[in-house]
Amino acid sequence: MDDQTEKTSSPEQAQAPPSDEFAGLSPDSLREALRRMLLIRAFEETAEQLYFQGLIHGTMHLSIGQEGSAVGSIWALRPEDYILSTHRGHGHSIAKGAKPSLMMAEFLAKETGYCRGRGGSMHIADVETGNLGANGIVGGGIPLAAGVGVSIQMQKLDRVVMVFFGDGAANEGAFHESLNLASIWDLPVVYLCENNQYAMSMSVRRSMNIEDISQRACAYGIPGVSVDGNDFLAVYRAAKEAVDRARRGEGPTLIEAKTYRWKGHSRSDKQRYRTKEEVQEWQARDPIRRLAERMMAQGWLDEAAFQALQADVDREIQEAVRFAQESPEPDPATILEGVYA
Amino acid sequence: MSRELTYAQAIREAIALAMERDERVFLFGEDVGIYGGAFGVTDGLLDRFGPERVRDTPISEAVLAGVATGAAMTGMRPILEIQFMDFITLSMEQLVLQAAKLRFMLGGKVNIPFVLRTPAGAGTGAAAQHSESLENWFVHVPGIKVVMPSTPADAKGLLLGAIEDPNPVIFVEHKLLYRTKGPVPEGYTPIPLSQTEVKREGGDLTVVATSLMVARALEAAETLAQEGIQLEVVDPRTLKPLDEQPIIDSVKKTGRVLIVHEACKTGGYGGELAAIIAGSEAFDYLDAPIRRLAGLDMPVPYNRELERRMVPQVEDIVDAARKLVREGI
Ligand SMILES: Cc1ncc(C[n+]2csc(CCOP(=O)(O)OP(=O)(O)O)c2C)c(N)n1
Ligand SMILES: [Mg+2]
Repeated sequence: MDDQTEKTSSPEQAQAPPSDEFAGLSPDSLREALRRMLLIRAFEETAEQLYFQGLIHGTMHLSIGQEGSAVGSIWALRPEDYILSTHRGHGHSIAKGAKPSLMMAEFLAKETGYCRGRGGSMHIADVETGNLGANGIVGGGIPLAAGVGVSIQMQKLDRVVMVFFGDGAANEGAFHESLNLASIWDLPVVYLCENNQYAMSMSVRRSMNIEDISQRACAYGIPGVSVDGNDFLAVYRAAKEAVDRARRGEGPTLIEAKTYRWKGHSRSDKQRYRTKEEVQEWQARDPIRRLAERMMAQGWLDEAAFQALQADVDREIQEAVRFAQESPEPDPATILEGVYA
Repeated sequence: MSRELTYAQAIREAIALAMERDERVFLFGEDVGIYGGAFGVTDGLLDRFGPERVRDTPISEAVLAGVATGAAMTGMRPILEIQFMDFITLSMEQLVLQAAKLRFMLGGKVNIPFVLRTPAGAGTGAAAQHSESLENWFVHVPGIKVVMPSTPADAKGLLLGAIEDPNPVIFVEHKLLYRTKGPVPEGYTPIPLSQTEVKREGGDLTVVATSLMVARALEAAETLAQEGIQLEVVDPRTLKPLDEQPIIDSVKKTGRVLIVHEACKTGGYGGELAAIIAGSEAFDYLDAPIRRLAGLDMPVPYNRELERRMVPQVEDIVDAARKLVREGI
């Protein structure tokens, strides 16, 4: 990671040409990124409401507060690149281009949903946009990423795979096996750890004795960087460098995006392990607000345009809910479909 | 003396009683401390016994099974919670190739007394990776015991029995039973493993059921009693090693048997039970084929109605039992 990029508040940096401050992203691209972040938040808030209304069965894990790491990292990918996601994966799906209507239909367990109502929140995938799926198993996607990397390499595809996982997943043995293998085989994998400070009730302070999860990269001889995960641009820069490196055939990178989940782990969480003050501190570092303010300072966005984006995503989410509610349930006669090809 | 407790409370009481009596007993697992367990089963135990004996762990199921085994080999009596039975797949090497075999391989020089508690089962909308019933995987591994309590009283007594047992025990709890209530005796009242229990007597048909399916079979028995059909509901409670005789005796008495479990039918425990019955003295008493009702051979679907249809329900048991008694098929 280029150290310069982190010092955005220095005077030299403030005078730098806009293309540098915004990592070469165009105003249009940034506005679309912001819209994606707003879309994620609106999706999550609506999903939560539907849940409380009893319209959603099972459990769900919301990513409110983590939109910066989801969109910032995926913004460095091309449409044909792959992602593998987690149980907290709605943001990754939307960032990669999934349709909220088909996601919402999956939540409501409808036949029109991404998994025909068989998978639900924890298993949303959109193979057409390169999204190979969320995972109910903590760390479950990390070994798969090595396999996708091998496939890309052997088929000589101009693609990379980015695998998301949490701080908690970095304590699974499979994480270590995957990093080592990707390292020795120079696989085109970007390991993106979203450290939101907790694995359910287990704080990273209690679950590991290192300051930065990216330190673990050195054990496998690959680059490791930690960035402010609530800073869209910082995440984007780190991801871009890792993606470029992977594309050049130079192997994997481990990125740690330090962020925070605003909501409880899932519905059953009483949140005894953290304080309200801590949550509020992180809420003050809202990734959406931060990107919007930077764009406003640059004259690339004003409050009216921001409100218009918000109204636009709200409309899209309402439309998604309507689509989902009007969609049919799976036909029970098809229950065994899909088990075997 | 007994009073009503939920299944979850009964388990918590058993853990606390064992920890009070025996310094060697300790509890560990993901979120068992501050959070109180994903299903609230261990709530309050951290406050009571402190962080040395109630340990929150990182998400590292492979090493957790190793910790249980290594600690048990050397004088401790660990209770490990694996948050969902699905995640036990990440612990398999240590359980199957170490815990189950070490005693034998070492010529009987060590005991490995630990209990691995884990919630299994569908019905919560948690989909394919959080709803497994994998008990029969362990039934197939010599050296491991498998217990599946169906009532609060059994949950308490069998957990105490499992903690006392000198072997590795997989203790399978059912998520949908956690909130069910029933009478539970007070005090330290272990139930020894490998004691099959007849939960309801009846002369027309033996239903052998496990875990949640015992409750469903008892409900089916109520319904059918109104039609004059009397079910005898038999609960193995310990799947391995199995106390076979009460099952055989029951089938000799009724001449018909329906086996019910939630796990997928193919390769499930029902096949083993059917073979035991068919190969026993009960064979000559059978008036109808041995029938099995089990989960469909598929991953657990998310959609509520599909999920319901995947697993035997009370009405499925009623239908199958009625058919066996009335039509002999
Ligand atoms: C193998 C496995 N173990 C445990 C769980 C239960 N579980 C689901 S999410 C979670 C916490 C995950 O923490 P982290 O990886 O930091 O992701 P976050 O939830 O914070 O996004 C746990 C313990 C699981 N799904 N899979
Ligand atoms: Mg986390």
